[in-house]
Amino acid sequence: MPDGEKVQTKAKVGDNLLDVIIENSVDVDGFGACEGTLACSTCHLIFKQTDFEQLPSPPTDEELDMLDLAFDLHETSRLGCQVIVTKEMEGWEIKVPAGVSDAREPS
Amino acid sequence: MKISSKKLWSLSSWTKIHHFIQCRKIVSSRGPSVAIVGSGPAGFYTAQHLLKGHSSLTVDIYEKLPVPFGLVRFGVAPDHPEVKNCINTFTQTAHNERCCFLGNVEVGKDLTVSDLTQAYTAVVLCYGASNDRQLGIPGEMLPNVLSARSFVGWYNGLPENKDLTVNLSCETAVVLGHGNVALDVARILLTPIDILKKTDITEHSLEMLSKSKVKKVLLVGRRGPLQAAFTIKELREMITLPGCRTVIYPEDVQGLDVVVKDLPRPRRRLTELLYTTAVQPPEKHRVAWANATREWILQFLRSPIAIKASTDAQCIESVHFVGDVQEKQIAVATDHTEDVSCGLVLRSIGYTGIPIDDFVPFDTKRGVIQNSGGRVIGCKGLYCSGWISQGPVFVILGAMNDGFATGVRPVSFSDWEKINQAEIQLGKKNDKPREKITSVEEMLHIAAS
Ligand SMILES: Cc1cc2nc3c(=O)[nH]c(=O)nc-3n(C[C@H](O)[C@H](O)[C@H](O)COP(=O)(O)OP(=O)(O)OC[C@H]3O[C@@H](n4cnc5c(N)ncnc54)[C@H](O)[C@@H]3O)c2cc1C
Ligand SMILES: NC(=O)c1ccc[n+]([C@@H]2O[C@H](COP(=O)([O-])OP(=O)(O)OC[C@H]3O[C@@H](n4cnc5c(N)ncnc54)[C@H](OP(=O)(O)O)[C@@H]3O)[C@@H](O)[C@H]2O)c1
Ligand code: FES
Repeated sequence: MPDGEKVQTKAKVGDNLLDVIIENSVDVDGFGACEGTLACSTCHLIFKQTDFEQLPSPPTDEELDMLDLAFDLHETSRLGCQVIVTKEMEGWEIKVPAGVSDAREPS
Repeated sequence: MKISSKKLWSLSSWTKIHHFIQCRKIVSSRGPSVAIVGSGPAGFYTAQHLLKGHSSLTVDIYEKLPVPFGLVRFGVAPDHPEVKNCINTFTQTAHNERCCFLGNVEVGKDLTVSDLTQAYTAVVLCYGASNDRQLGIPGEMLPNVLSARSFVGWYNGLPENKDLTVNLSCETAVVLGHGNVALDVARILLTPIDILKKTDITEHSLEMLSKSKVKKVLLVGRRGPLQAAFTIKELREMITLPGCRTVIYPEDVQGLDVVVKDLPRPRRRLTELLYTTAVQPPEKHRVAWANATREWILQFLRSPIAIKASTDAQCIESVHFVGDVQEKQIAVATDHTEDVSCGLVLRSIGYTGIPIDDFVPFDTKRGVIQNSGGRVIGCKGLYCSGWISQGPVFVILGAMNDGFATGVRPVSFSDWEKINQAEIQLGKKNDKPREKITSVEEMLHIAAS
């Protein structure tokens, strides 16, 4: 989490990571502003390099376009609403960037 | 007893404040209370953050219009409904029992900022940027030379722009500026009407756009492709716009393939897209463009120096440009000039904030409130956020001399929900998400019903 805290949560295989955060009421300010429609980049998450490589599907151009506007962009960044949970993700640690904000929006 | 007129004003505004405060669902006697001015994203996100952070804090959101959400309602393009999903979160915040929305109250006119600072623990100014930048060139005031801001307000149902005179009987339009707003207005001009009619675009503009003769839109910027201010998603959308060809001249992107590798990722991907679109567009685009009936042309290194009227002075004839070269990232004029014939000019060169109260220190050059990390300089308990704090841009300006000259009747969030329902009902007739009501009087009428 942005404040350094670690939060453990359950996830259903087949859900996306935005669903996971909403359903488990993980509290991240401003997360998922466009509700998973690929229009905001507030659901930005950072993966560990090894985990990133194992993600089932690579990002589309449209996802990369939105990611380009995210703060604290890493080579291993993805948009949570576009990443589907798989069994292999058990135990992964995923980082919420320092600012969950859309680079085009000042607030 | 003699009371100066100034005193009288502040006395009467005090009565109003007390009236407003009574409106709150909970008047907390212990917790801090915060007034937020403006109900755009900055206002709502600030409210959400504060309410979450303090369990006894109360928030009042003052909004000059009877309806909430600022540029999310009046700026964001009608064909981008996904972007407006944040309204759902804002609505949740407004339903928090410690939050009260007070629409139809203009701070600086109906109340002063110091009225608010005296009544609340803290005041946060989030009233956006309400003026557009001007070019300061001859012909800028001619008919059909419009600010993108007012054009956006016109198609998005902003009350002050509902009667804008827009003439779409010409074939060529010029958009000045290379920001996302420039792409928004160009896209609205070029999008097939069948797509637009399913959006919440206002019916009066839809009607005009359905008769539009505009076939070609030139987007002209003063600097080069590496300085374009628009973002990649919006550019890609233009490139794939149905029935519309993209024209980027290969000579304008020459050499970009060499520098692109060293650019930071967002600029790199944007530049790659510009380059391939100009030099080797994918087959599927070339096929689609071959049959396109409309086109947009992206042009660089040109500054407008004059807009010329037609001989009968009823309309415009052309924009006169001077060629630019880049020196130290700035556009510098050359001897080269050219005339571009067109019948419509949209000036989209950004927005700037305005002061609403002498009490608040203002940086007129940047168009923002003087602040340090959101704290207004020299004013204890006064903060600012959003466009009015950080700059870039938007307009709300002007003579909002509409329906509220006589007495202030604040519009509550449940009043807004009546307006919301009425708009959704109206939209159903045309299979649109909503038909925006554009008259402040009508909004107030529904609110009072
Ligand atoms: C045409 C256009 C399209 C855009 N599209 C997108 C997009 O697709 N995606 C995206 O992320 N961003 C988009 N943006 C940017 C986004 O709209 C802004 O970043 C955001 O709205 C700024 O928020 P704000 O709260 O500071 O200002 P605003 O949204 O302007 O809110 C200010 C509010 O204050 C009110 N107000 C003004 N003066 C007073 C007063 N004196 N008293 C009380 N209330 C007052 C106004 O009525 C308004 O409701 C767009 C901007 C424009 C101009
Ligand atoms: N879909 C979206 O996400 C979306 C949609 C709309 C708006 N927005 C956001 O809203 C903000 C405002 O957008 P905007 O387009 O109004 O502003 P902007 O991004 O600041 O772009 C302004 C453009 O005008 C040009 N310009 C400024 N002064 C000029 C002059 N005197 N002569 C010629 N050109 C001039 C600038 O060129 P220079 O660079 O040379 O100054 C720039 O190309 C941006 O942050 C934008 O991303 C986002
Ligand atoms: S929630 Fe907006 S892009 Fe994922």
